[in-house]
Amino acid sequence: MTDTAVPTSAAGNPIGFGRMLRKEDVRFVRGKGHYIDDVNLPGMLHGAILRSPHAHARIISIDTSAAEAHPKVHAVITGAVLDTLGLAWMPTMSYDTQAVLATDKVRFHGQEVAFVIADDRYSARDALELIDVDYEVLDPVMDAKRALDDGAPIIRDDKDGQTDNHIFDWEAGDAAATDAVFASAEVIVKQEMLYPRSHPAPMETCGTVADMNPLSGKLTLYSNTQAPHAHRTVYAMVAGLPEHQIQVICPDIGGGFGNKVPIYPGYVCSIVGSIVTKRPVKWVEDRSENLMSTGFARDYHMKGEIAATKDGKILGLKVDVLADHGAFNATAQPTKYPAGFFHIFTGSYDYGAAHCKVSGVYTNKAPGGVAYACSFRVTEAVYLVERIVDCLADELGMDPAELRMKNLLRPEQFPYTTPTGWEYDSGDYPRALQLALDIAGYADLRKEQADKRERGELMGIGISFFTEGVGAGPRKHMDILGLGMADGCDLRIHPTGKAQIRLSVQSQGQGHETTFAQIVAHELGIPPEDIQVINGDTDNTPFGLGTYGSRSTPVSGAAAAVVSQRVREKAKIIAATALECSVDDLEWELGRWQVKGDPDQGKTIQELALLAHSNLELPEGVEGHLDAQAVYNPPNLTYPFGAYICVVDVDPGTGHVQVRRFIAVDDCGPRINPMIVEGQVHGGLVDGIGMALMEVIAFDKDGTNLGGSYMDYLLPTPMEVPSFELGETVTPSPHHPLGVKGVGESATVGSPAAVVNAVVDALKPYNIRHADMPLTPAQVWMTMQGKTLRTDLAFED
Amino acid sequence: MQTPAPFGYERATSVDHAIQLLEQLGPEARLVAGGHSLLPMMKIRLAQPEHLIDINPLAAELGSISIDGDSLVIGAMTRHNDLLASPLVGEHFPILQDAERVIADPVVRNRGTVGGSLCQADPAEDLSAALSALHATATIRGSSGSRSVPVRELHVGPYETVVGDAEILTEIRVPIRNGCGSAYEKVERRVGDWAIASAAAVVWMDGGIITDAGVGLAAVGADHFVSPAAEAALRGQQPTEDVIVAAAAAAAAECNPSTDQRGPAEYKRHLAGELTARALRRAVARAQGGQ
Repeated sequence: MTDTAVPTSAAGNPIGFGRMLRKEDVRFVRGKGHYIDDVNLPGMLHGAILRSPHAHARIISIDTSAAEAHPKVHAVITGAVLDTLGLAWMPTMSYDTQAVLATDKVRFHGQEVAFVIADDRYSARDALELIDVDYEVLDPVMDAKRALDDGAPIIRDDKDGQTDNHIFDWEAGDAAATDAVFASAEVIVKQEMLYPRSHPAPMETCGTVADMNPLSGKLTLYSNTQAPHAHRTVYAMVAGLPEHQIQVICPDIGGGFGNKVPIYPGYVCSIVGSIVTKRPVKWVEDRSENLMSTGFARDYHMKGEIAATKDGKILGLKVDVLADHGAFNATAQPTKYPAGFFHIFTGSYDYGAAHCKVSGVYTNKAPGGVAYACSFRVTEAVYLVERIVDCLADELGMDPAELRMKNLLRPEQFPYTTPTGWEYDSGDYPRALQLALDIAGYADLRKEQADKRERGELMGIGISFFTEGVGAGPRKHMDILGLGMADGCDLRIHPTGKAQIRLSVQSQGQGHETTFAQIVAHELGIPPEDIQVINGDTDNTPFGLGTYGSRSTPVSGAAAAVVSQRVREKAKIIAATALECSVDDLEWELGRWQVKGDPDQGKTIQELALLAHSNLELPEGVEGHLDAQAVYNPPNLTYPFGAYICVVDVDPGTGHVQVRRFIAVDDCGPRINPMIVEGQVHGGLVDGIGMALMEVIAFDKDGTNLGGSYMDYLLPTPMEVPSFELGETVTPSPHHPLGVKGVGESATVGSPAAVVNAVVDALKPYNIRHADMPLTPAQVWMTMQGKTLRTDLAFED
Repeated sequence: MQTPAPFGYERATSVDHAIQLLEQLGPEARLVAGGHSLLPMMKIRLAQPEHLIDINPLAAELGSISIDGDSLVIGAMTRHNDLLASPLVGEHFPILQDAERVIADPVVRNRGTVGGSLCQADPAEDLSAALSALHATATIRGSSGSRSVPVRELHVGPYETVVGDAEILTEIRVPIRNGCGSAYEKVERRVGDWAIASAAAVVWMDGGIITDAGVGLAAVGADHFVSPAAEAALRGQQPTEDVIVAAAAAAAAECNPSTDQRGPAEYKRHLAGELTARALRRAVARAQGGQ
């Protein structure tokens, strides 16, 4: 249903904001999407990667002769080959280095060792088994808590001066002021918690098709990256290829969730392979490769402390984090912030003081760290604060809803500067929490819970309130590898009034072809079906940093509004010329400039488009055509927020958790397409339930990754999630031209704490205050026995 | 996309033809029915058979469910979904439909077969526990004829059965006796996952007394998927809560679970008891005419 205030196009779509079916779904639901593995070029060869079976081992020798002798193999590339080209190592997005193909040691199970190029994928894979690698196995570091022990094996002995596994220490907030608050606090609650390593697990795995033209020297790289422009620049910097000779083309992308932000060794190998063989080379990883070697998420060991008065006024919060970054520090986040936006951990409450310290360490695990819809570590931050607030409620014997309501920031406090320096743009938090409580029927739920406890049944109610910061930059504070986080946008109105808008951001399924058309429609009155949204080709779109961290709508959405407004202003001059009046005499009525007081005198945007390209004589200094460009540098992040309530039933005999209800009230400002927003929320809630109940990349003591297939790395199905109950409040962002805020990650960020809080609440009769995710039946039952498990390392008998 | 190693492919047109192909191609040939265990293992190259012999053309010959005398006969090529949908199975042995409801997912159940599941012999396989508890027998055919083996002697270890390299499991026979009640209970990490632990309970009752019983267990290291101690604790007893609890305790004590990603051994042993008790309560209720 379309908002009644918004006019409807001939095709039945809202000319502006409102519900409409996604334009891209015409091809997606018919199986006509065109993904990386659908890219097939004449003469194309196929690559496959040999991976390390060990977590930590020295490479003694690699014998590729048998593989090279395979009749269908064209080339075998090893680290030694790459070394001769200066490409054995590449820079990461955190100013570290990462092996493209291992030369000295392998540092995680699944690391890239050799690349075979053959006529077809099967032969390439067959030839991997003909490569003989002699390893000297070394002790691995699998527990981040042991990484800094004296005598721990040194993982990065390739780095000059690296004598331990330490990467960085980073702090935010005021330590002295926080200590002072804690020194005089009536109540202090401490809780250690792990946000385990998880995987983004997009349906489509990562891949590239590299096509280096040996004559022109131009590299065309088909790649399912979330950041095509940033990748182009990085390839130019890494490989020394001239940037104007690199074209990155993104076909349709089957999900990203941060997994498709990094540059992976396979991409570089496919480029080298195309240079070596002078033919296009495709490399698409298989499912196990995706799960074992590509960008993971989380892996934060957090020690939180919260201080409060006896009657529940929160005074301060401090956190000490041990961050497991794997074997190479390859997290992708703004340069200034090695822990991402974790220092938003104060959450949605009013504090005296707060402080966090984060230490990053190397372990023998795959690199990555910022992925899976985490908003640059806001996920970990929200989990920490929402869990520890529940611990405080438990300590005080207070209802967790009441404790939150008492401490939430009040509407009149916005814009609000947090103790760690964020400036929250807008919010009405109590209204959102109250709405969630009303939808849930909170008082009745508590009564039902009390009745069930009498009968020995375990029912839990969990609340989470989150604030996110999304839409990086501003560019003066935020860059990746020196590239400022601002995004360009081009809009062209064709003579017949149809439009094309070109974006720097890259859809992975979020519905950009619809949302951005609706933004232009909202500003110009052109029906969304008459607007083509173009992304995914660096030769044909403006520069920008790409889609991750919920930044498309906050940044590129603003750019789209700005270019549309520029076109509208130019159309006004053309209208004044055609109507022979002053621009000051014109007023805008959606899709039309008309004379004030004489609305019959006017020109539609379509008429103006034709006039702009016609022989109409334009005023001095006004050029023809109806196009505009913009680069949007956001003045601040946008701060969406929400209140989530989860209801669970726990089987006391088996520890099995069933999520019975999930209520999600989100405030992301005005909703451009409410259906797409609800879809984002639904997906994020499923993610969050998965994280809370079943997802973890665990390792055994030898360093073997135990999550290498979907039989081992569990994702939730519709059977594990309830029918969601959504609500919304609308608090516009004061600085975004459309008032909108990003929403792509809200539900993933906000929901895990609600689920865990609900399960812990259910276990109250067992005097449980915390259990680490994932809350598998085993973890819940063992927790009930007072033997809660370490979930990130394999169980030992 | 995952890429299996090269293999040959043959299509059997009859049971005799399948046996002939097995003899001809040798021990590196594998039968493929539904393929939902074998093909995933081949895709990650955990299994690399030299030849696949496709027995899907035998679905008509081996895929029926019928009554023969005092037995329910289930053809080895019966798809899981057909077992789940069969009124005949539901009438006599609701345990099999309890189990089928929690085996994998509809996609797997549409193609996966009863015989394939039993011969795959995964230690967490549900039907192995249920059919062992039912005292079913398996018919195995080779070039020299057919032989009959109790299901509880079919498995000799994880992924190993007594079915020879050139033999084929053709049918399962489940004896029908009066006063039977049966039920299956399973705990999994997520729908479609293998069991963390599961229990199958069957009781035959006469005059309020359990005259015979079958207790099956999957995923907890029970020899031959059964707990003889639990069965002994039930035989000749009235089905009181004390008797059920004692039998469940016997099942928990007798199994031998190991710690893995699904949980510690301690938890699985607890589940073996808890689920045995739950299954027994439902089995007794069904024997007494309830559901």
